[in-house]
Amino acid sequence: MGFDIRMPIGMLFTLFGILLIGYGAATNGSAMYAEHSLGVNMNVWWGAALLAFGLAMLALTRLRRKQ
Amino acid sequence: MRPEPHLIDYAIILLYFGFVLGIGFVLNKYMKTSTDFFLSGRSIPAWIAGLAFLSANLGAQEVIGMGASGAKYGISTSHFYWIGAVPAMLFVGVFMMPFYYGSRARSVPEYLKLRFDEKTRGFNAISFAVMTVFSSGVSMYAMGKLLQLLLGWNFTAAILISALIVLAYTFLGGLTSAIYNEVLQFFLIVMGFIPLVYLGLRDVGGWDGLKVRIANDAMVHSWKYMGHSNANPMGVEWFGMLMGLAFVLSFGYWCTDFLVVQRAMAADSMTAARRTPVIAAFPKMVFPFLVILPGMIAGVATSPRVHSLPVEKSELASGAAQSSFFTGGKGIIPPKYDAAGKPVTADGKVVLDYDLATPMMLVRYFPSGLLGLGLCALIASFMSGMAGNTTAFNTVWTYDIYQSYINKTASDQHYLWMGRASTVFGLAISLMAAFVAKEFNNILDVLQLVFAFVNAPLFATFMLGMFWKRTTGHGAFWGLLGGTVAAATHYGLTLPAGAVPGVKGGYLGPILHVYPSEMAQNFWTAIFAWVGCFTLTVVISLLTAPRPEQELKGLVYSLTAKPEEGGLKWYQKPATLALIVLVLLVGLNLVFW
Repeated sequence: MGFDIRMPIGMLFTLFGILLIGYGAATNGSAMYAEHSLGVNMNVWWGAALLAFGLAMLALTRLRRKQ
Repeated sequence: MRPEPHLIDYAIILLYFGFVLGIGFVLNKYMKTSTDFFLSGRSIPAWIAGLAFLSANLGAQEVIGMGASGAKYGISTSHFYWIGAVPAMLFVGVFMMPFYYGSRARSVPEYLKLRFDEKTRGFNAISFAVMTVFSSGVSMYAMGKLLQLLLGWNFTAAILISALIVLAYTFLGGLTSAIYNEVLQFFLIVMGFIPLVYLGLRDVGGWDGLKVRIANDAMVHSWKYMGHSNANPMGVEWFGMLMGLAFVLSFGYWCTDFLVVQRAMAADSMTAARRTPVIAAFPKMVFPFLVILPGMIAGVATSPRVHSLPVEKSELASGAAQSSFFTGGKGIIPPKYDAAGKPVTADGKVVLDYDLATPMMLVRYFPSGLLGLGLCALIASFMSGMAGNTTAFNTVWTYDIYQSYINKTASDQHYLWMGRASTVFGLAISLMAAFVAKEFNNILDVLQLVFAFVNAPLFATFMLGMFWKRTTGHGAFWGLLGGTVAAATHYGLTLPAGAVPGVKGGYLGPILHVYPSEMAQNFWTAIFAWVGCFTLTVVISLLTAPRPEQELKGLVYSLTAKPEEGGLKWYQKPATLALIVLVLLVGLNLVFW
């Protein structure tokens, strides 16, 4: 089948990552981080992790296409 | 104050909805025959089938139920994974898949038809169809209730929207769409729960801090207190645990339930099919850390302020201040409230709403943004379970009920159409079944009960059928029936401590035994079902005429050639992978002994 599931997964997580990093940067220092996530801006950090995962999935998709 | 998801949280959830629907639309053009729709044209690579195998089982039971059990029983809940799932997953992959996949059966009931006879298939197909629809209903109910309590969303709207999305993508892309989305959902659940566990553990001071705060040694050891049912919070002793959960229930579910086996049957080759459950066993082993730990942490975490309060409940509780929602609760787990808004009590103690343990963790530790991801993970888990049930139901309905008894000679296009139609009415029945689930405190117990009646005897039938060529169709059928009757009889004559006769058992009149817990009663119900089925199947098989051996080639162990593994590298061999899993499994049990 010509459809690789890693592509939509990669796209979704890349978008999630960008959204969370952007939102985290915009709300940096907000009281909600102290209240919920122990003072850590988890949106930025976990957003970066999601972005990395998403990009890795997209890279795998491209790698397979080249083969 | 209720958590207020912001625009960002809704954006994340909507984006997820868009992607699952998009996958359905893209795959629609590949659905040309009924084989494409029900079996993905047997073209799925092993790793995708493996993750879907796991994800289809990752429904409400897993994420909410295991969190609830974690809060209630502690790390012993890991028995549901380490001995209650993984060994059976390895067994079905290494030993049973050659017959399922090799026989070219299109479903588990169809294998029974090939191996035994029509009546055995009919019994299994109908009971499976009913069970599947019911499980799906439980899933929906859990999600509706949760989203209502947590976010104030409308119960009916919440289940309708998610059911419609699942309906759309399974209707469009059949099993392939369900499987591909299950892989996406798998990653979402993992990526949504890792930060939860990280923040929770960091807050309570890591595993050591958690142990200190729980201050109950029996909740942080999985085996140490299994010597006697009085010594551990589950109220189960090691024998009931090993025989009931690890053997009968676990093998009955993972080795015979079409919901999971269907994923392996869709694999692109025999080795891929055999590797499917084994690949799934790797993540399955570490899932306790993702789903049980949050529940345990919820029991001891503190909240800087009250994060969530269901509007409906607080308005009902006459004049009660909002902060009193948690009064009598434990950690961040609130008490259970009855319809009048009063905390439910039993024996003078407040009953906790354990099913809220994991959801409250999301609310406690996730700021807006991450909250959207967490909610997405929850919704994804519900959807993957629902889609798993839906695809298993429409296949069994179409092939094993409709094609076998109602319309035998229609065209393939007609069966493809029936697959889509049954997707619609299967989900419609599930919606109605959603309300049955309200009777029980813990969703897990409901599912275990249903599995005990229907699945527990099944493994005896399959084991005998696959590994003893003398087993006959009459033996299998009457054995199955007898096993189910044995389960219902045992359940009807016993009660868990503190329960009244009714749905909890004891409905046959005399109470012959009182178990320390519902779980112990369920495990023993399963044991009785299995022994009843096994004995009856053997006796009746010996009294009836055996089938000629040439008819059983490819269906029975002693009459089937061993699967070819010559050209495979070591890491591609199912048995080698299974051994690696086993070694890791023993290690995990020792660490958390």
